[in-house]
Amino acid sequence: MSYVIGLRCRECGKQYPQKGVHVCELCFGPLEVEYDYAAMQGKVTRESIEKKDRNLWRYRDLLPCVEPKAGLNSGWTPFKRAHNLEKVLGVKELYIKDDSANYPTWSYKERVVSVAITKAIELGYDTVGCASTGNLANSVAAHAAQAGLKAFVMIPHDLELGKVLGSLIFGPTMVRIQGNYDDVNRLCSEIADKYKWAIVNVNLRPFYTEGAKTFGFEIAEQMGWKLPRHTVVPTAGGTILPKVYKAYQEFIKLGLVEDNHPKIYSAQAAGCNPVVEAIRAGRELIKPQKPKTIAKSIAIGNPADGFYVVQAVKQSGGWGEDATDPEIIDAIKLLAKTEGIWTEPAGGTTLAAAIKLIKSGRIPKDESICVSITGNGLKTVEVVQDALDRPESIPPKLEAFDNFIRDHSNQKDATKADGISAAVIAGAVAATI
Amino acid sequence: MAVKVRIPTPLRTLTNGVDIVELGGANIGELLSDLCNKFAGMDKRLFKQPGELNRFVNVYVNDEDIRFLENLTTPIKDGDDVSIVPAIAGG
Repeated sequence: MSYVIGLRCRECGKQYPQKGVHVCELCFGPLEVEYDYAAMQGKVTRESIEKKDRNLWRYRDLLPCVEPKAGLNSGWTPFKRAHNLEKVLGVKELYIKDDSANYPTWSYKERVVSVAITKAIELGYDTVGCASTGNLANSVAAHAAQAGLKAFVMIPHDLELGKVLGSLIFGPTMVRIQGNYDDVNRLCSEIADKYKWAIVNVNLRPFYTEGAKTFGFEIAEQMGWKLPRHTVVPTAGGTILPKVYKAYQEFIKLGLVEDNHPKIYSAQAAGCNPVVEAIRAGRELIKPQKPKTIAKSIAIGNPADGFYVVQAVKQSGGWGEDATDPEIIDAIKLLAKTEGIWTEPAGGTTLAAAIKLIKSGRIPKDESICVSITGNGLKTVEVVQDALDRPESIPPKLEAFDNFIRDHSNQKDATKADGISAAVIAGAVAATI
Repeated sequence: MAVKVRIPTPLRTLTNGVDIVELGGANIGELLSDLCNKFAGMDKRLFKQPGELNRFVNVYVNDEDIRFLENLTTPIKDGDDVSIVPAIAGG
């Protein structure tokens, strides 16, 4: 059964029925799905959730869909204790929520797309689309192919090759637009007006964003029905952070977890930090920026939900931090060498920001911390291409091998502060002084 | 002087379904005043208070966000393209 009451404007409160509409016609405020939490009491329980399959739909009572139609194998990604990173950073309890292993296109976007495509089918659309920095396009293309829907993906013209091919392989119509994401985004809003498509992050946005809650639900359940005291989340358009906060609050409201006053922190690239800048300045107003960073997946200079990120961070008692491109690359390498996870620059940004928040004392070293990894490094090989030494080749002779090993062995203990992690930590310290 | 202004779907209930209207003014503020004068109810949709746009209203002049220009005092000239666009989610 569905506990959805309908849609409600977050700004002025006007109510709407469930349909393909994303902004309030009165004030342009974003619409939010409203649930009947009272009716859930005693029915949506730890047991009722644990009985369901291990995918994101195990939280379907808190999602705006009648019957799942997409993403039946998506979600329930690894959540692990990061013992090696704990040693490097000198913290007591650190977790990684790892959506670089999300199915089928290796990013957190499976969550929002599974819900949006299910809703598109429910509402009778035969065509879906998106404005994307890459990951969303990959996910929309894959899920649309599986669901037998037509797909149009609109992306900035200069994306990483892995992200371009990672969509094209599924056969959507791709439109590469000469401009940055914010230009693509604006165009898509006009496209959504003109074409009768389900553009997942435009006219299906209220449903789409709800899917992001499953990232937070999984953290809570996988931690053993507890919440981390501190959760660091990357911010681009501002979808996931407020929804992780909402997920935590919903579980608290339903009595599924204890309220330990979880704090949420926003991570951005220094080359595109409009939200972190607003948090630092104590402003709610987001000043848009022209992005300039290698973290293209989070290079959104005019974040639609930036205001709600600032609000969630403030309400929770969290903070915001940014990372420079070299810090992002160092953090990508650190995560790989300590925890065996290869993330894209968005993940590097989040880890680098977490490190800086720990070093500056914003996040205490003796409390539980969760770092959100939302994308996979295999899609963005370009960013580490020059940061890794590729070895020369040798002839197939044992002597040559012996010589090579003598000169090149670099199997150091990853938990000791080697060149890379020392640089990250030193950089973090330097930046916070 | 006439400038074409693109009206997004949520506001077309006020413009009888018309998606592009021709308006006059020396800057964006004047242009939007003209829009508000021509169509009843527009004022409340666009402005939080006089001189302050609602948080989720974005205005573009020839594809540039007015917040990168001079906000409501951004000058406009004949033939400029102006769009009013609701903010939308990331990707």
